[in-house]
Amino acid sequence: MTRGAILLLLLLAFGALRLPIESALAQQHRSAHFHEAELGLGLREQIGQLGFLAALSGFRSLVADVVFIRAHVAWERTQWGRVLLLFREATTLQPRSILFWDMAAWHMAWNASVAALHDPAQPNDLLRRKAQREYVALGKDFLERGIKNNPDRPKLYESLARLYKEKLNNHAAAARCYAKAAALPGAPEYDKRFAAYELSSAPGQEREAHKALRSLYDRGEHERLPTLLTRLKFLEHELNIPLDQRIAEPAK
Amino acid sequence: MKTPGHRPFSLSRVAAITGNTFTELVRLKIFYFLLLFALLLIGNSAFMASLSFQQEFQVLKDVSLGAMSIFTSLLAIVATAQLLPRDVEDRTIYTILAKPVRRYEYLLGKLAGVLLLLAISLLAMSALFLAVLFIREHMLINATLRETAGLRPAQVQEAVRSLQASAFNANLLPGIVIIYLKASLLASLTLFISTFATSNIFTIVVMVFIYFIGHLQSTAREYWLQQHGGGWLAKTFVALVTLAFPDLQLFNLIDDIVAGTAIPMAFFAQTAVLGCVYTSIYFFFAWVAFHGKEL
Repeated sequence: MTRGAILLLLLLAFGALRLPIESALAQQHRSAHFHEAELGLGLREQIGQLGFLAALSGFRSLVADVVFIRAHVAWERTQWGRVLLLFREATTLQPRSILFWDMAAWHMAWNASVAALHDPAQPNDLLRRKAQREYVALGKDFLERGIKNNPDRPKLYESLARLYKEKLNNHAAAARCYAKAAALPGAPEYDKRFAAYELSSAPGQEREAHKALRSLYDRGEHERLPTLLTRLKFLEHELNIPLDQRIAEPAK
Repeated sequence: MKTPGHRPFSLSRVAAITGNTFTELVRLKIFYFLLLFALLLIGNSAFMASLSFQQEFQVLKDVSLGAMSIFTSLLAIVATAQLLPRDVEDRTIYTILAKPVRRYEYLLGKLAGVLLLLAISLLAMSALFLAVLFIREHMLINATLRETAGLRPAQVQEAVRSLQASAFNANLLPGIVIIYLKASLLASLTLFISTFATSNIFTIVVMVFIYFIGHLQSTAREYWLQQHGGGWLAKTFVALVTLAFPDLQLFNLIDDIVAGTAIPMAFFAQTAVLGCVYTSIYFFFAWVAFHGKEL
């Protein structure tokens, strides 16, 4: 009995000793973006009790994969509503997985939006276009939330830039996203170039675009790619750049 | 004739018990776990043919590391839970403790035997996992090289680099070490529980509860420390959970490592030290409980 009481006291004393250390470590985990998933009651209703229990006991990633595979199957069956719900679950369970956010956005903004536009069940063209716009907005929302959860990684900025460019025809916003991606560690070299290309297509931004493209051109031969030369030539013509300040004609 | 003095601690005595425990555990055909793991990996790889390479690697890593985590945790609990009851039932414990073997040496030998088994199992699982990852990576690289034969070398290099980045990630290794530390903690805690438990079933059930509560301990701690509202009863309950149970969530880094989050070295070192402290302290508690126990 006495030994039991001593052991209980020792256990609690050990708990009190490790409390500040564990709190500090948990704080560090959060600042390094570990354990960011918010496992609330909403998710519990979506993934079922067993899935929720597994997610709580250290198998969050595994449950997220199962949900992701179910989303993949739903995509193969073109069940767009189900794809949306399942990707919401997968991204809630694993908010640090770039792949989940990117795939969710791609399915919504590219696949589901095109399917909605050509939906034979909807005879009204206006409603088809409305549905298309809504799916593109859902894709954008996935990417924006993904960026909020992963502000340190360039991939989702690139995807958002592509969405602005291809789906919303907003080249200025696409340029801003590529520029943000380029500023992050580990970003591919082409992000800076793509930012300048997009800027060159944005109305009213020709001066800045010319400056950006020219600075890339001045870096040397390795940057003088066909698209860069074409865009630079186009802007020189548009901005009436004096002849002596123009780049050499590209070799035919 | 002068007899050599009896040393209070002998590494050879501990090693003998460790070796014996390890052999006993291996005879329990515990390595069926590994067979199950291999089947899971192979089945997983076959299924993933329909996924893209990024998806395939993410699912492969998640399933493999998740399986490693659950197998080692289960192995730690189940293997340790039956050590003491079995020795009591077989009466081997009386034979051992009748010899000049201290109780802490006996306990240390038992725990070391389980830790050795866990280390070997985890090494085998890691080797299998890394081999599957390596083979899949090379198969995909070869396929990519064939498909991109006409493209510029810089583009091909970029494609291969992106493929390699999705496959092996150096952070996986500290992640595996942390899986081992978590299993060691669980083994040590199971040993502690089994020193006063009445049967191995009781120990296993208690440990399963501790496993689940341990993953929620951090939530209880935050609730307690942030002084939320609630009656004294709720606060006392939350405080007890916080102080009595280990925080297993701190050892749960693989989810984020697979998702690509980098694990800083200092961070890994702190978690590793915490794991060792937990294991040592629970071993000490086991010794305190076992020290004066009537057998």
